[in-house]
Amino acid sequence: MKRSLVIGATFVAGLSSAAAAATIDDIKARGKLNCGVTTGLVGFAAPDANGEWDGFDVGVCRAVAAAVLGDETAVEFVPTTGKTRFTSLASGEIDMLARNTTWTFSRDVDLKFEFVGINYYDGQGFMVPKELGVSSAKELDGATICIQTGTTTELNLADFFRNNNISYEPVPIETNAEAQPLYLEGACDVYTTDASGLAATRAAFENPGDHVVLPEIISKEPLGPLVRHGDNEWADVVRWTLNALIAAEEYGVTSANIEELSGGSDNPEINRLLGSEGNLGEQLGLDADWAKRAIMVGGNYGELFEKNIGENTPIGLSRGLNAQWTDGGLLYAPPFR
Amino acid sequence: MSDTHAQSVAYVRDTMLPEAEPPASETGVVKWVRANLFPDWINSILTIVAIYFLYKIVSGAWPWFMNGIWSTDSLAECREILQGTTGACFSVLTERWNQLLFGFQYPNEQYWRPTLAFILLFVAAAPLLFAMYVPRKVLYFTALYPFLAFWLIWGGTIMVPIVALVGIVAGYIVFKKLEGNSFAAGLFGGIAAAAITWFIGGFIADAMSNFLALPAVPSRDMGGFMLNFILGVVCVSLSLPIGIVLALGRQSHMPIIKWICVIFIEFIRGVPLITLLFVANVVLAYFLPPGTNFDLILRVIIMITMFSSAYIAEVIRGGLAALPRGQYEAADSLGLDYAQSMRLIIMPQALKISIPGIVNVAVGLFKDTVLVSVISMFDLVGMIRGPILASTEWNGVYWELWGFAVVMFFPVCYGISQYSQWLERQLNTEHR
Repeated sequence: MKRSLVIGATFVAGLSSAAAAATIDDIKARGKLNCGVTTGLVGFAAPDANGEWDGFDVGVCRAVAAAVLGDETAVEFVPTTGKTRFTSLASGEIDMLARNTTWTFSRDVDLKFEFVGINYYDGQGFMVPKELGVSSAKELDGATICIQTGTTTELNLADFFRNNNISYEPVPIETNAEAQPLYLEGACDVYTTDASGLAATRAAFENPGDHVVLPEIISKEPLGPLVRHGDNEWADVVRWTLNALIAAEEYGVTSANIEELSGGSDNPEINRLLGSEGNLGEQLGLDADWAKRAIMVGGNYGELFEKNIGENTPIGLSRGLNAQWTDGGLLYAPPFR
Repeated sequence: MSDTHAQSVAYVRDTMLPEAEPPASETGVVKWVRANLFPDWINSILTIVAIYFLYKIVSGAWPWFMNGIWSTDSLAECREILQGTTGACFSVLTERWNQLLFGFQYPNEQYWRPTLAFILLFVAAAPLLFAMYVPRKVLYFTALYPFLAFWLIWGGTIMVPIVALVGIVAGYIVFKKLEGNSFAAGLFGGIAAAAITWFIGGFIADAMSNFLALPAVPSRDMGGFMLNFILGVVCVSLSLPIGIVLALGRQSHMPIIKWICVIFIEFIRGVPLITLLFVANVVLAYFLPPGTNFDLILRVIIMITMFSSAYIAEVIRGGLAALPRGQYEAADSLGLDYAQSMRLIIMPQALKISIPGIVNVAVGLFKDTVLVSVISMFDLVGMIRGPILASTEWNGVYWELWGFAVVMFFPVCYGISQYSQWLERQLNTEHR
């Protein structure tokens, strides 16, 4: 029994490494990028009425497809649930996963994935009705709190309340969709989940103004795209495509001025990014225009953000931690040289 | 004795009184209400409480339903129009109607294909369900229907289903020819003939890939209620024959066959359906060589069919066990062989007894098809939970969507159950 397990495991490992050996060649041969996304999360990934996928995570998939294949529509979106996402990636069904997945130690090390960067810095927050008159999470002593079971948010919550020496009453719920009506009916005083999720939930309320998101963020949830261990060339392509989107915003390259700038500019960094100088594309195994194509799909990081989840959308997230480092945020793309 | 009689005679009436009208409280509506709603004080209280709750539900839901808005583009617009009054936002149903029925990836201009397949399903099913009213010639259409439906829904060249059909026919002819020698020769000869036909036919189908070709739609693009219906219909119709075979196999005197059937049934019944679906979706991908594309719907159909055929086998075994031993002995004493006695004597009775159980499994199976939403397939529930509730326009619409799911599932399940009761009455030959 033991032996057959070992043989099976070796067999599986052999298969997956064989699959991983040349992901980028597989993609080029196939002519399509298989990108894992959620089955639907407001603003991040959801198909519209015409069945076209749209959203912030979807934008990353499309940018990678444009960089590698030169066609932003050459993406096969594979919807995954929280339960199937990692097996889909490990088995090679998908080439990359862009599904607001938190970068944690065990996922990176134990599950043998490679997080290539962070495209959204999230964190757990609290939402309360305005009429409660609460202005800080530390005033929530004795509150009933709606919380999704079996998630890291549950553990974070327990830690936070213990640290502050106050008590709470948890109301366990299964999904965000379940939490929404429960919170509105008053089954719980407070709803806690990731801040982006809170904002999206609040945006869907009939009177969003009656509810406030408290300023405390009690956990770190860095969300980013990931690939399998073992194919560093492919990981590099995804990592630097994401970095190109972030760097483009920093250097002021937008979908509006990219044509003009790609002809050559005074800034050598922009020239290297857009391929009019140096051979960065060649080093990645792509052509010189790879980053230009990636940026032209949906614009730079800031444009993607504004279009899908920014302050002018119903979700209305402010940049916060997700601003460029020059604006006091955490986005910091390594230099293109 | 006669004296007593003589004294009483003077008081005996010798004509009948005319029939009087029953008292007002004992006839018509009043009597019905008294007997059924207010027979004693406990039931009266219960009736009043029930009426009160009914009133609350109807009066609460009525304005919500009547104020319903059918033509906006988003929930926010609905709320703007309603201005805080109660009202449903049914626009989500009108806007996403096609997505709810066909999933969000099925090409719009091809919707007529699954619709046509759906309508033809009734023609194909009629001779099986209402054998006494429908001409038997329609059965030929029923035999062709699976191939036709596959071609309509999945598209591609018509040569693929034709080759599949020809292979089955070839196998059947060889089986019939060799069956005289021995059953095993017929069986293996038939399988070989079918395999050869499919192998050769594969090249023909490849070569003629544009012959009568509809635009192909991959399995990943199936969704909505269509997916529930495909899974339900295919799995029920496959699991019934497999269930019969398993039930007979379990009663077999040949130990290998018996133990294979017992282990299969007990193993499958001992595992939750959702586990089997996870195996189909994620675990199989580990064991197949990379790049193999083993159709996801096919995997799910195999798993659900295995699951429900194990249950149906047990239901039919119950029917078999209910038959008196004399029925088996009577068949033997008539000189019938095993196949004849099963086909002519045992199975018709056993299946009749098993109808309620089989229908129970079928209804349960049809509803269980929504479990595929957990393995990220977009059936009706998957569409609602995923893409629709996650769109910025419709985030926050609950009652309308789940109510719609109820409206879709209830008539089908209720229809199946009513059909089975009708069938039981038709087949009722006992006089008790």
